[in-house]
Amino acid sequence: MSILNDSALAIAKKIQNGELSAVELLEAALEHINTVDGRPGTLDDGDPTDEDRTKVHAFITLTQERAYQQAKAIDARVKAGERLGPLSGVPITVKDIFCVKDTPSTAASRILANFIAPYTATPVERLESAGAITLGKVNLDEFTYGSSTESSAFQPSTRNPWDTSRVPGGSSGGSTASVAAGEALLSLGTDTAGSIRQPAAFCGVVGLKPTYGRVSRYGLIAFGSSLDCPGPVARDVGDAALMLSVMSGADRRDSTAARVTVPDYLESLDRGVEGMRIGLSPDYMQITFPDPETGEFRKQSLPVEIREATLRAAEVLAKQGVEIVEGVPMPNMVYGIPAYFVISRVEAASNLHRFDGVKYGYRTESDFEDLREMYRKTRAEGFGLQPKLRILMGMYVSAAQYSEQYYQRALQVRSMIRSDFDAAFDPEGTYRLDALLTPTTPTTAFKMGDVYGDSVLMQYADQLTVPANHAGIPGISIPAGLDGEGLPIGVQLLAQDFKEEILFRAGYAFELGTADAAWRQVQPEVLKAGKGTSS
Amino acid sequence: MTEYEAIIGLETHIQLNTTTKIFCGCKADSWEDPPNTNICPVCTGLPGVLPVLNEAAVRKGALLAAAMHSEIRLTSYFDRKNYFYPDLPKGYQISQYDLALGRGGYMDLPMPDGGIRRVNIAKLHLEEDAGKTKYEKGVRYVDFNRCGVPLVEMVTGPDLRSADEAAQYLIRLRQLLRWLCVSEANMEKGHLRCDANVSIRPVGSTALNTKTEIKNVNSIEAVRTAINKEIERQVALVESGGRVRAWTLDWDDAHQRLTKMRSKETEADYRYFKEPDLLPIELTAEWRDEIVESLPELPLERRARFMEEYDLPEYDADILTSDRPISEYFERAVSAYGGDPKVVSNWIMNEILRMLNDLGIAANELILTPEHLAQVIKLVDNGTINNATGKAVLAKVQETGMAPGAIVAEEGLAQVSDDSALQAVIDRLLAANPAEVSSYRGGKEGLLSWFIGQVMRETRGKADPQLTRELLQEALKDSK
Repeated sequence: MSILNDSALAIAKKIQNGELSAVELLEAALEHINTVDGRPGTLDDGDPTDEDRTKVHAFITLTQERAYQQAKAIDARVKAGERLGPLSGVPITVKDIFCVKDTPSTAASRILANFIAPYTATPVERLESAGAITLGKVNLDEFTYGSSTESSAFQPSTRNPWDTSRVPGGSSGGSTASVAAGEALLSLGTDTAGSIRQPAAFCGVVGLKPTYGRVSRYGLIAFGSSLDCPGPVARDVGDAALMLSVMSGADRRDSTAARVTVPDYLESLDRGVEGMRIGLSPDYMQITFPDPETGEFRKQSLPVEIREATLRAAEVLAKQGVEIVEGVPMPNMVYGIPAYFVISRVEAASNLHRFDGVKYGYRTESDFEDLREMYRKTRAEGFGLQPKLRILMGMYVSAAQYSEQYYQRALQVRSMIRSDFDAAFDPEGTYRLDALLTPTTPTTAFKMGDVYGDSVLMQYADQLTVPANHAGIPGISIPAGLDGEGLPIGVQLLAQDFKEEILFRAGYAFELGTADAAWRQVQPEVLKAGKGTSS
Repeated sequence: MTEYEAIIGLETHIQLNTTTKIFCGCKADSWEDPPNTNICPVCTGLPGVLPVLNEAAVRKGALLAAAMHSEIRLTSYFDRKNYFYPDLPKGYQISQYDLALGRGGYMDLPMPDGGIRRVNIAKLHLEEDAGKTKYEKGVRYVDFNRCGVPLVEMVTGPDLRSADEAAQYLIRLRQLLRWLCVSEANMEKGHLRCDANVSIRPVGSTALNTKTEIKNVNSIEAVRTAINKEIERQVALVESGGRVRAWTLDWDDAHQRLTKMRSKETEADYRYFKEPDLLPIELTAEWRDEIVESLPELPLERRARFMEEYDLPEYDADILTSDRPISEYFERAVSAYGGDPKVVSNWIMNEILRMLNDLGIAANELILTPEHLAQVIKLVDNGTINNATGKAVLAKVQETGMAPGAIVAEEGLAQVSDDSALQAVIDRLLAANPAEVSSYRGGKEGLLSWFIGQVMRETRGKADPQLTRELLQEALKDSK
């Protein structure tokens, strides 16, 4: 039995009707994981073997026992004739940046490798209360610091199911790869600069960064607290909408979780897009990055396949009644990455202070003379390269003598980026957009090792996604075709605060409009016949 | 020799008496609880947790700000103060920095010479407390119970001029905190903690010289002694040609001495930035006005009014406003009594305060109400009972809860002021003691008090002392 051909929505219905048992489904999922995933990431990495190079390696921890208990409980409740939640029996994975009670919650870092969380993150709790079965914790860049999942302390790091010589993107690479490879129907990721949308684009799945505050951050091990958003990864827009409905809403444990009513996103899906105004911005068709030699900003047009995929998506939507508005200016988006570099590092450095070897997690095993030496050794040994770079940068730009010049200035840039969106969405303004349509990423999935090590270049993978994090607005990446090498291309839709519904409606309309497209029939490499997939 | 004056500023940390901590639901007061028993994922800084603000802490902080004549900002922010220490589980303290709850403010301290010393408030903000560490046999232990207990940090300007003034400020602050019911303000229990910044300058100079900071002074007496010692040290140092350095000094209470903790020539960089995990504190003007209006008359205002309105001496006014219950007790008694407030003051200062002290309770906890007291004073005034009986009745009321009139009636305590009844007692007394009578008549007039005592014994204390004296004098003279 394959769970691949059904949506989470359909699966939950079948389980509720008794057509399908949660335990059977779980067993099928575990068997499939066993086939495609390979060995889970561990601290004692070693070089990848030839077999490793053909596997997905989405998982750090498989929580099989816990999943069995959940599945048995679901089946028992079905037998007892109970009415179950909307995700009953649906197997999901959770990015290992969320705390789940009694399971290792590692943040893909050596410093938390031994940390067993004593409580469960709010979004996970809500998914599980709706009946979801947590298969396990999936890999990510260490503390989410990256765009390829390669910086995880748990190796081998996740590989792209479409081409296992390539990265899945990141930092929610384990989440998107597990969904793309059919290991889970849904995954819970986080997006701080594009960490859901970019890997979703690379892996050919749907990924949504909700409005900041739409989903509680309680239990999410913080990176950039003012930017972090938990969000759904799914195979289609409908499942993403269902998952978001379940996770969203106010939380007495997170005062930044908004007290804004949660609509039934699923119900609004088929309201169509007639009359919707969706914009295209020339500023999103290029990337701007500092020349490594001169430091001057250089502009470079995006690959033609990515630009064309975006324009084709606009045409598909236009055919369904969307009014496409061209030439929407987003003049400040070019400063998105530099401002993000500063803001996220200041918050990250502060958020990492608690990992000091005193209370939990790793403490140096070598001798130390005093407290300072214990701190130094613990942090030097426990943190990988990315946390260290971010601490250095964060401490530098928040120092009293530089804070005005960097941090305060970055905050100003942030509000300028926000005002670009405010102008585009202003119902009284020139553009009066319901959404902006852009490419999700400047490239498709790159080869493992190609960009890793160049922290600045890696960061520019997020240039098209980070403005939404600065502005706090929601954004979705949906699959929109394949490039010449057969790699997924994603397009992004951005909307106003708490207008996720617009993104789902437009995304769903696009899915309907491309249902028969040839690229939709192509499966990821790891699922192709002869690759050992069970079906 | 040059004359110097001290320039002192006090940095106080005030533990608010909320039920729960400032950012989680743990019990705030851990006094005498075993280590690490009032803790949760939030206050111990586990990965992924978030703070949620306790509104009671904001209310109490705002009330204190209003009482300090501080402007309550309608929008204020929490900031992260970043530093490493084992008792600080997040590696940063959630505090307030540039846009704190309170802005400015002052307290007017009455001086012994009758003048007023205005002490300005430079900082008034909310923050969370850190835990405690202790070192035992080479192992450092951490207790997180205190983590997240709500504090107000309040810093004065360099406005105090002597150790006595600093002590006076703390006494008045402690009084105010209890008056407002925002803190237990017990220094020994760390509810009110104080660091003192001390510098000196030649009298007449307006310069602010390098200051030292004295930490760990946990009683008002310690503040006074430590500051005096530090002033002496600085004067001696400067007089001998030395220069005061910006040290942090630790007060060792056991040995009554200051020891150098560290040099503080450069300021630590705490890399403050706005706490992204909390929303700004947004207050409405109505909420603020309600707080300001709910502010009771403050102790120093009430003290001044008692002197003015009731014509009380400063000494009485000071004592009768030492806490809020006693001042309210006094006013209710005065109003029930209707006579001279000074009489009420005397009764309270002599009788009620002793009773409170013996029972270890506050005036509002007495069974003996201010109205009871007023009735007793009236009974004494109109001669129904004498002073001594009055005092005994007070104790009886407190003991039984019965009204004073009822006690007097039931126990037959009313004074014997009937001439004929008293005369009969006296006649019997004189007849039974001819020797004493003749001694008196022979000039030993000191025996009069013995005769009075005998009458009192005979009447079980109920005889009107004045009348007894008059009748006795008459009777002893008669037979001469």
